[in-house]
Amino acid sequence: MSAASISTGAHAEAHTHHDLVDEKIVRWYFITALIFLGTSMVAGILMAMQLIRHNPLNGIEIFSAGRWRMIHTNAVAYGFLANGFLGCLHWSIPRLTLQPVFNKHLSWLIYGAWQFVVGATAVGILFGEAQALEWGETPVWIDPVAQLGLLLVAINFMTPIARMKGPMYVTLWYFMAAFVWTFLTYAMGNFMPQYYVGGTSAGAVGGLFIHDLVGLFVTPLGWGLMYYFVPIILKKPIWSHGLSLVGFWGLAFFYPLQGIHHFLYTPIPMFLQYGAVVSTIAVELVVTTVVINFFGTLWGNAGVVKTNIPIRFFYTGMIYYFLTCLQCSFQVTLTFQKIIHFSDWVVGHAHMVMFGVFSMWIMGMMIHLFPRMLNRPWASQNLLEWHYWLSTIGVGFMAGDLILLGVFQGWSWAALEPWDASVDFSYPFWVLRVIAGLAMFGGLLAFAQNIRLTMQAAAKEKAVRA
Amino acid sequence: MFESKSGIVFVAGIGFFALAFVSNAFVPALMYKNIPEKKVEELITPNLRYQFEDLARRFPESFEKAYGTPPEAPEENEKWWNEQCATALRRGHKIYVGEGCWHCHSQFVRPVSNEEQRFGPVSRSWEYQNELQRPVLFGTRRVGPDLSREGGRRSNDWHAVHFYHPLDLSEGSPMPDYPWFFDGSPDKPNERGLAIMTYVQWLGSWLESYPYYESYVPSPLVKPEAEEEAGQ
Ligand code: HEC
Ligand code: HEM
Repeated sequence: MSAASISTGAHAEAHTHHDLVDEKIVRWYFITALIFLGTSMVAGILMAMQLIRHNPLNGIEIFSAGRWRMIHTNAVAYGFLANGFLGCLHWSIPRLTLQPVFNKHLSWLIYGAWQFVVGATAVGILFGEAQALEWGETPVWIDPVAQLGLLLVAINFMTPIARMKGPMYVTLWYFMAAFVWTFLTYAMGNFMPQYYVGGTSAGAVGGLFIHDLVGLFVTPLGWGLMYYFVPIILKKPIWSHGLSLVGFWGLAFFYPLQGIHHFLYTPIPMFLQYGAVVSTIAVELVVTTVVINFFGTLWGNAGVVKTNIPIRFFYTGMIYYFLTCLQCSFQVTLTFQKIIHFSDWVVGHAHMVMFGVFSMWIMGMMIHLFPRMLNRPWASQNLLEWHYWLSTIGVGFMAGDLILLGVFQGWSWAALEPWDASVDFSYPFWVLRVIAGLAMFGGLLAFAQNIRLTMQAAAKEKAVRA
Repeated sequence: MFESKSGIVFVAGIGFFALAFVSNAFVPALMYKNIPEKKVEELITPNLRYQFEDLARRFPESFEKAYGTPPEAPEENEKWWNEQCATALRRGHKIYVGEGCWHCHSQFVRPVSNEEQRFGPVSRSWEYQNELQRPVLFGTRRVGPDLSREGGRRSNDWHAVHFYHPLDLSEGSPMPDYPWFFDGSPDKPNERGLAIMTYVQWLGSWLESYPYYESYVPSPLVKPEAEEEAGQ
């Protein structure tokens, strides 16, 4: 079945690609996403500089490191990941279903509304209006707008899927579920703890929210897109349809059940905590099947990783995905939690999955799509290599550094050393983190420069032709 | 079902989400239903009032500027202090959230890793059933120490200097400076400074053993009149 949908995708290109895909909006989403990624990285570097006490902007109210840390995570989640994914969806959904989106004007309205939400969130946070919910810091008064935006996104993309006839390809399972989940997750996370439940139970909802945002919005869109782009670039179907089924349904069942694992040893009842731990370990097994499926697909073509940069980004991301999940199945056990909770171990984990996996995938898809939209190859192969290696090594370094540091911090705290001791020995590790962060940022700059050169060349060519 | 649109939307999309919601969110909500959620006004204990009045004595000009002067009549006076204290707590909470303090400080003590010895009694559910824990401020990262037992552990003077420039009191501290809580110097906290100090002093003030801190020494407190007498 997978082969069938891919060939229909190719069929569409031959006939009606331009009726189906609004390339302009894809480009706009991508550029916006990269601008937010840059902003987020600058914010991350600012916070990292604060930790090593070299924040040049310390003591200036709107540049306060605490506020910029919230900008950091929000710009990445809503500005980069969401925009990047929306761009990719505008390309892949119409081509997979052979139906245009519900309404192209609506697409632009959503684009504008979404940038408004992200911008207003940033302004709200800068002026101290944040909501006390990790990853939901969006000030309370923007939440309804964001909720409406998500509803429109669902309508715009669900329509072509609903209109489509015939069997649905794996990608679309993930997408459909993701639209429903994202809408529900956002509503649950932003309104329940604010208005309906308080205290410990709000903690449970908050945990479920942070978790579902990663698991039910970012993860299904990411994997859905991998199921779409990997077979297309490799020109062969996914290795095993059975494993695709196991992966999807396993994720759907086990992922939402784990929210509480973010708050182990809190006053939340212990039996619920055990439930979350068990389903977390279950999802790790599911994840392994997905990774095996993709490596099965690559089997026999491994050389492509050297020559095809997008595939290299994708599979590097999958290796990081596997590592993150492996790490997670340890850190979720109560034994590990005693030591690593609250420490930099968790921050290392967060960067490995958010940058090492999902950002790598999005950047890989951008690298695949830009030349197709500009009708010309990348201006510089060299810059692409720099982008890849700086990002990969940077994030690997950052994650390794922080994960190791987390263990030391945890031991130091448990040993009742004075608090300052843990801050003092973290210093060299935090310096390394800044360096790794600068490498990642350098990778992004290389990419931005490459896009600029390629676009300029495309514009020149157009001018010459005209 | 496994590959059909309705199966995916209704079973995976809505069904599994709902299942998780019921088990991971609704069950705890039901379990704590019988612990009433307290309003800020109900959170003012004598411990906190003591700290709040202490602020008024230490920073009389700042305090007057922020809250005015208390009325003379005894019952009104009592009511006035409680009202101002509640205002300060609400405001302090908002600042704590808006400055992202909760990304560097947790607010719960776990029953493991000797935390009970470091910070104080393990946190319990009822401590979080109040307006100022909405959304709850458990936190997920500790760059600095847990603050849920911070009240009374340091004097207001200490906090003022620390917020103004943490490095003065704590060598190597990565905590940011908060000069905008002050009018130019640590002895002149503004309304925001007074509010965040009230909030920090509130944390843990509900415990019987307050403040819970092994080497706690009560800060010497001199009433203004006594000070004047001493000066004469
Ligand atoms: C960058 C992370 C960071 C941020 C943001 C931060 N802190 Fe801290 N905080 C620390 C560290 C580290 C320490 C321990 C060293 C010290 O005493 O300065 C600390 C110490 C403290 C202490 C003293 C604890 C004790 O008794 O030893 C208090 C109180 C405090 N912070 C309150 C706050 C408040 C309120 C805010 C928000 C306005 C805040 N912090 C923001 C990192 C941070
Ligand atoms: C220039 C590169 C980056 C630097 C220097 C950086 C730095 C930081 C710092 C200092 C923190 C706060 C850690 C703490 O509280 O101790 C943080 C948190 C975080 N960052 Fe980054 N970051 C970078 C890039 C990214 C990217 C690209 C992403 C996502 C795609 C990301 C996702 C996150 C997340 C999710 C957290 C929250 C972690 C948690 O609360 O556990 N970061 N980052």
